[in-house]
Amino acid sequence: MSEQSAPGTGGTGRPSGRLLEVDDLRVEFRTRDGVAKVINGVTYHVDAGETLAVLGESGSGKSVTAQTVMGILDMPPGFVTGGQVRFHGKDMLTMSAEERRRIRGEGIAMIFQDSLSALNPVFTVGFQIAEQFRVRRGMSRADAKKRAIEMLDQVKIPNAKGRFSNYPHQFSGGMRQRAMIAMSLALDPEVLIADEPTTALDVTVQAQIMDLLGELQRERRMGMILITHDLGVVADVADRIAVMYAGRIVEEADVFDLYAKPAHPYTLGLLDSIPRLDEKGQELRTIKGLPPNLMNIPPGCPFNPRCPMAQPVCREKVPPLLQIGAGRASACHFAEELVNRD
Amino acid sequence: MGRYLVRRLLQLVPVFLGTTFLIYWLVWSVPGDPFAGKCGERTCPPSYVAAMTAKFQLDENVFVQYATYMKNLLQGDFGTTYSGRSINDIIATAYPNTLKLAVVALAIEAVIGLTAGVLTGLRRNGFLDNLVLVSTLFMIALPVFVVAFVLQWTLGLQLKIVSATVSSEMPFSELIMPGFVLGSASMAYIARVARTSIAENRRADYVRTAIAKGLPMRRVVGVHLLRNSLIPVVTLLGTDLGALMGGAIVTESIFTINGIGREVYRSIVTKESATVVSIVVVLVLVYLLMNLLVDLLYAALDPRIRYE
Repeated sequence: MSEQSAPGTGGTGRPSGRLLEVDDLRVEFRTRDGVAKVINGVTYHVDAGETLAVLGESGSGKSVTAQTVMGILDMPPGFVTGGQVRFHGKDMLTMSAEERRRIRGEGIAMIFQDSLSALNPVFTVGFQIAEQFRVRRGMSRADAKKRAIEMLDQVKIPNAKGRFSNYPHQFSGGMRQRAMIAMSLALDPEVLIADEPTTALDVTVQAQIMDLLGELQRERRMGMILITHDLGVVADVADRIAVMYAGRIVEEADVFDLYAKPAHPYTLGLLDSIPRLDEKGQELRTIKGLPPNLMNIPPGCPFNPRCPMAQPVCREKVPPLLQIGAGRASACHFAEELVNRD
Repeated sequence: MGRYLVRRLLQLVPVFLGTTFLIYWLVWSVPGDPFAGKCGERTCPPSYVAAMTAKFQLDENVFVQYATYMKNLLQGDFGTTYSGRSINDIIATAYPNTLKLAVVALAIEAVIGLTAGVLTGLRRNGFLDNLVLVSTLFMIALPVFVVAFVLQWTLGLQLKIVSATVSSEMPFSELIMPGFVLGSASMAYIARVARTSIAENRRADYVRTAIAKGLPMRRVVGVHLLRNSLIPVVTLLGTDLGALMGGAIVTESIFTINGIGREVYRSIVTKESATVVSIVVVLVLVYLLMNLLVDLLYAALDPRIRYE
């Protein structure tokens, strides 16, 4: 990862030969109760063949970023107030709707968390996969069906031919998520965004789905953005991790670096809150307090009310996301101290 | 599915018997003398009244009368009027006319109501949305005869765009205005139900998925969204056919259509209870069968609905 010398130091506005780049993205939700600043300058990128994990609590903006990239954000109430999303160097936010539509599915595809509600309940799973071959590739009904069965086979659904004409509710959770993966990969996308793909599944099935995703990603040399709040899921498959808090990236690093030496107190808190066997019986460690209200983000570092290391400067100055070493960046005034401690 | 259908058809039997008896009893209990005015200026001679009373079992109680009526009905015989006309003939001439009118009304309300509902459901709070909301409120609030007279007078008599009344051959072109009048209130309901249903499902996850697949918006709406939003609309449309046929009395008399509405009205006035009951009995059958059809359509629209 050393060639990615300046991750997330953001806001250049210039194309850089990356596959997919989110550059200083800002999104807000305008509701009757006020304006919620949901994304406040997110910058990340993903290249072919690598997996970026985006980690964060509910409400940290990780899904909204992905929805903005996909162009499926509900607007209104959502408004993009700044930044770019570049695919092959071209800003998607200023493209025509038709140009953007063509990228969806073929350039960038997405897997959703809850496959039961994400698949259309009144059409067969086969129809929903074959539909893409028919509409986007102009294939005949028979050819599209053949290709759809191949896709079901590729995601290791037993008896793919027989399952073609089953409805989503007739699948088990794990099988349904496999079908969802088959559907998203049908048009051979270059980037796959997986939005909490295993959250709704049993633990045993979670591992199978993650293995399958990892395998398909390597085979196809896709860029993958894995959105999750599960640190365990991340460790196995991700190359890099971006940690989000209150609509910002607070730390970005190589998987090994991040687990070994987190450079942000929030990441440290997340890692500490993983239950450990040698502390069995003791109270679980948590990060005290709640994420900030996005309609009223505190001045200074948004994490400062919950931060055990907070100093007066944290309540006054927003720490920028700064490069602190090869391929890593942190948005903490005391990042150096954190990394250099034993 | 087969077993479900058989069970549903069997359930129709008690419902049919119950509703028809109620109707029979209601018509039977209306006070009045069926032979008043039957014999010109004079009152009818006692011999005639006695003969008719015996022929139509008028001195029997309502249960016996109903049983006799049902026995004949099951053999396909609706009986005769007091003047000796076959009620089967009356039904055979009047029903097709009313059915034609009701089907035209149903088609108009389905097409216009659904189109308005889909367009406004996708874009709420726009100009079109407000226009439809206000105009549907008008349609629901205005009685049918007001709509009928206003359209008849303006389009038929003043502007002469359409014929003000319907001729006996009932060509389709002359049925459009009466059909619109008859279906106007239901059209408004359909537009509103479709609007709510579309707006609700517009935010559903599977619609987001369909967009994420890069499908054209036409297909997202026309295939993925519409199919899921149709169930409440189909319910309304299905049960409406019976209501349209039964509610056609006013429309039929204003536009001079020789349908069941006019027959029922005439029969009530002349105390021809057998005719009233017979026409309503056929209506009951239409209602029951349309209800069954709607229930079967649910499964076709939503595979999660299973019939056990």
